[in-house]
Amino acid sequence: MQANSILSLAIWVPIFFGGLLLFSSKLCKPKTAEYLSLFAGMVSFFVTLPIVVNFDLTTAQFQFQEFAHWILPYRINYHLGVDGFSVPLILLTSFMTLVVIISNTRKSIPSSKSKGGIQKNIGLYNGAFLIMSGLMIGVFTSLDAILYYIFWEAMLIPMFLIIGIWGGPNRVYATIKFFLYTVLGSLLMLVAFIYLYMQTGSFSLFDFYKIPLTLNTQFLIFMAFFMAFAVKIPMWPVHTWLPDAHVEAPTGGSIILAAIMLKLGGYSFIRFAMPIATDAAIYLKPFIIGLSLVSIVYIALIALVQKDMKKLIAYSSISHMGFVTLGLFLLTPLGVEGGYIQMISHGFISAALFLCVGILYDQSHTRDIDRYGGVINKMPLFTAFAVFFAMANAGLPGTSGFVGEFLVILASAQSNFWIAFLASLTLLVGAAYSLWMIKRVFYGEVTNKLVDNLKDIGLRETVVLGSLACLVIVVGVYPAIISDITNVTADQFIQSMSFSKVIK
Amino acid sequence: MNPDLNSQLILLLPEMIIAFFAMFVLVLDLYFKDKEKNLVYGLSQLALLFAAISTAIQGFEIKVLAFNGMFISDSISTYLKLLAYISMSLVFTYSRTYLKARLLLKGEYFSLSLFVLLGVMLMISSMNLLMIYMGLELLSLSLYALVALDRDNPKASEAAMKYFVLGALASGLLLYGMSMLYGLTGSLDLLIIANALQEIPIDQSILVFGLVFIVVGIAFKFGAAPFQMWVPDVYQGAPLPITMLIGSVPKFAAVAMSIRLLFQGLETLSSEWQQMFLFMALLSMLIGNITAIAQTNIKRMLAYSTISHVGFIFLGLMSGSVNGASAILFYIACYALMTLAAFGLIIALSANGKDFELLDDFKGLNKRNPWAAAIFLITMLSLAGIPPTVGFYAKFSILESIVSAGYIWPAVFAVMMALIGMYYYLRIIKLMYFDEAPKLIVINIPKSLLWVLTINTGSIILLGIFPKTLMSIAAITAGFGLQS
Repeated sequence: MQANSILSLAIWVPIFFGGLLLFSSKLCKPKTAEYLSLFAGMVSFFVTLPIVVNFDLTTAQFQFQEFAHWILPYRINYHLGVDGFSVPLILLTSFMTLVVIISNTRKSIPSSKSKGGIQKNIGLYNGAFLIMSGLMIGVFTSLDAILYYIFWEAMLIPMFLIIGIWGGPNRVYATIKFFLYTVLGSLLMLVAFIYLYMQTGSFSLFDFYKIPLTLNTQFLIFMAFFMAFAVKIPMWPVHTWLPDAHVEAPTGGSIILAAIMLKLGGYSFIRFAMPIATDAAIYLKPFIIGLSLVSIVYIALIALVQKDMKKLIAYSSISHMGFVTLGLFLLTPLGVEGGYIQMISHGFISAALFLCVGILYDQSHTRDIDRYGGVINKMPLFTAFAVFFAMANAGLPGTSGFVGEFLVILASAQSNFWIAFLASLTLLVGAAYSLWMIKRVFYGEVTNKLVDNLKDIGLRETVVLGSLACLVIVVGVYPAIISDITNVTADQFIQSMSFSKVIK
Repeated sequence: MNPDLNSQLILLLPEMIIAFFAMFVLVLDLYFKDKEKNLVYGLSQLALLFAAISTAIQGFEIKVLAFNGMFISDSISTYLKLLAYISMSLVFTYSRTYLKARLLLKGEYFSLSLFVLLGVMLMISSMNLLMIYMGLELLSLSLYALVALDRDNPKASEAAMKYFVLGALASGLLLYGMSMLYGLTGSLDLLIIANALQEIPIDQSILVFGLVFIVVGIAFKFGAAPFQMWVPDVYQGAPLPITMLIGSVPKFAAVAMSIRLLFQGLETLSSEWQQMFLFMALLSMLIGNITAIAQTNIKRMLAYSTISHVGFIFLGLMSGSVNGASAILFYIACYALMTLAAFGLIIALSANGKDFELLDDFKGLNKRNPWAAAIFLITMLSLAGIPPTVGFYAKFSILESIVSAGYIWPAVFAVMMALIGMYYYLRIIKLMYFDEAPKLIVINIPKSLLWVLTINTGSIILLGIFPKTLMSIAAITAGFGLQS
C-alpha cells in the first residue's frame, strides 16, 4: 500500500464492497452476505487506521494529499487531504459503520417476527451503509469544492433509501422531508461555489481561502453555506426534519444519522463557511450564538416532554449539537476544541443510545416510554449500559459528554457570562430528561406483559455497547487523545480567522 | 469560401443518405409482407450508421458554407447530428417490440421517423431563414403524422390535431417574424443579416417586433412557458414511442435553430432577446416543476419535467456567451440520454402488456423487476440533477455559465426550482421502492432491450463520474462553431 493513496483507499474500499453487496441478495444466501458485510466493515475500518497512525501531529498542513486532474474544462480536481479536524471524524465514520454492521446481524434480533425486511435484504442494507461510509469519508477528505459537493449530495441517496425502504410507518414522509430539506441548503451552497469559482478560477479550497471578498459578498456566501450546514447540524429553526427522520429510520440509519451525518455540518462550518467568509462569520457571530443558545435551551425543553424514546434522543441531539456551533463560533481555541470534542463525544453517545432503543424496539416493537417500566428486572446488563449512556448524555463528569460541554461553557464564560449561564442550563435540563426517561423505562416494578417477555442482551450487543462505553470513558478521562490531533490545526484555524479578508 | 459543386454535394451526403433511405424504406415495405419488419428495421439502422460515418468524417474542425450560404457544415452541426443519429437509433431499438405488439409497426413509421431526422438535420445545418423554415416544416409535418399513427385511438387523433393546429400557428408566427427581418435587411442569409444589423441604421421598433415573433416561434417549438400548452397533451396522446421521439430528436434541431438564429444571426440584439429568454426560462421552470407535482400520469409528468428542463436550456441561451452555448450543447446531450432511458424503460415495461400510464403503475416495481427499478432510479436521480449522475453536471454547467455572466439571482431561482423538481422525481422512487404493488406480477423485459437500457443508464452514471470528455467536446464544439 502506498503511503500516498491511503485516503483513496479509505473512500473507495467501502464503496467497492458496498456495491458488491448490492448484488449479493441475488447471488448468495443471506448468511454469506452477512459474513461478507462483516468482513467488508472490518476491512473498511482497518484501512482508515493508517491515517491516524501516520498522522503528523506537529503540523497544520494538509497531509496525505492526493491530486489528479478530473474535469479539466472546469478545473475540477480529485484533490484529497486531511488535517487535524478531519482525522478523528474519518475514524469515527468507519468505526460507526462497523458498529452498525455488527448490530445488524441476525442473532441480535431474537424475535424476527417483526418485519423481517432488513434480514431478507441484509446485503442490500449493509451495502447501503458501506457506500454511505465511503461517501462520508469523501466529504471529510475533499479539498476540492465540487468533489466535496458530489460526495455530500451522493450520500443522501443511500440514506434516502435506507429510511424509505426499511423505516417505520411514516417513513415516506420522513425520508422525502429529510432529502428535500438537506438539498435545499446544499443547492445554495453550489451557487456559492460557482460564484467563488468565477472569482478564483478554480474549485480548489486553498484558492477559496486566499480570495479577498467584499463584506457584502462574504455575507451572501456565508448565508448560502449556513443554509446548507445549519440544516445538516441541524440548528433551530431548520431542525424539524431530524426528529421525523430519526423516528422513522431503522436503528442503523439513526445511528449513522446521529453519529456522523450531523457532524458533517459542524465539520463543514470549520472547513468552508468560516475560513472562506471570515469577516461575515465574525460579523454574524452573535446571530449564530443566539441560534445555538435557542437550540441548546429550547430544544432541550422540548426533549423533556417527548413520549417517544427515539424522538427524545433526537431532540437531545439537536440540543447537544447546539454546543458544537456555540463552541465553534466563540472563535477561541478553547471553544473550538470544546465544540470539536463535543462532536466526537456526541457521535459515541447518541449512537449508543439509539442502539439501546433499537434493542428494546426489536423485542417489544414500541418506543413509547409509557409502555415500559421495570426493564431492569428483566435486562439488568442492558440497563447498566443504558443508564451509563444516559448519564453520559446528561454530561456526567468522567464521560466524554462532560468534557465537550464543560470546555464550551468555560469558553463562553470567558466572553460573556450570560451565554455561559444559558448554555449551562442544559446540564440541568439534559440531566432531567435523560434521568426521567431512565426512571420511567428501566426502574420500578415490571408493569406489563410486554416487559415481562424481554430477554437480556447477548454477547454481540455487549461487545458493541461495551466498546462504545470504553470510548466514552477514555475520551472523558483523557480528552487529549483527540485534542492532540486537533490542537495544531485548531490553533492555526483561530489564527487564520483573525485576518480580515475584506478587500481594502 | 465557395467550393465546387462536387465537394458541396459531399457535405450534403448524410442528408442525402437519410432522404434516400426514407423513401427506399417506404417503397420496399410495400413489396415485403414481413410482419417483423426485420428488413425495414435493419435498413433504417443501417441508414443511421451510414449517415453517422459520413458525418463523422467531416470532423469537428471544419466550417464550410455551401450552396450560397444556405447550408453550413461546422462543429456544431457535426456534434448535434451525431447525437441525433444515436438518439434515433435508440428510439428505433426501444420502440420495436412495443409497436409490434400493438400492430403499429409499419413501414411508414420508419419512413416518417427518418423524415423527422432529415428535417432535424437540415435545421441543424441551415444558415438561411428559408432553410430553417423548410427543415422545421419537414420535421413538424412528419411528426403530426406520427402522432396520429395509431389512427383508431381517439386520444392520439386529438393530440395530433392539437399539435397540428398549434404547430401551424407557431410556424406562421415564426415566418411572420422572418418576413419582417427580411424586409428590414433585404436578405434571408443569417450572416448577411448579422452584418446588416451592425452596419445599416434600422428601425429598432420593427426589428424588435420581428424578433418577438421569432422568439415566440422558437419558444413554441421547444415547448417553453408560456407556449407550453401543447406539450402535455401531445405527450399524453401520442403513442409512447412517438412521445419518446418528440421528446428527444427534435430538441437537437431546436437547440441548433436557436444557436444559429440568436448567437450567429441576431447577436447584436442580444440585450433584447436575453430579457425575453430570462423571463421564459424562469416561467418554464416555475410552471414545469410545480405543475408536474400535480400529475398522476407519467407521460404528463415527464412532459412538465421537459418544460422545466427547457427552462434550464433557455437560461443557458440567455447568457448569450460561448460558455453558455457549450453548456447547452452538453445539457442537450445529457438530456437526450436521460429522456431516452426514461421513456425506453416505460416502453420496455409496457411492451408486452398494458401501458404503464399512471404513476401508480410503478408501485412496487422493485419487487416486480428490481433491475428495471434500478434503471429508473438512476434515470430519475439524473433528471433531478443529483450527483453522481450526469444530470448534475448538465445543471452545473448551465449554472456556471449564467453565474459567470453575472446572473446570480436567476441561478438561485433555478436551484430552488430544481429543488421543487426533486420532489416529483423522488415520488417515483418512492412508488417503486417504498410502496407495495397491488398485485405482485413479475414483469419480464426482453433481454436484448434490457441490455440496451442498461448501457444507456450505465452511461448516465459513467458520464456522471467522468464527464470530462463530453464536456470538452461540447466546449470545443461551441468554441469552433461560434468563432467568427
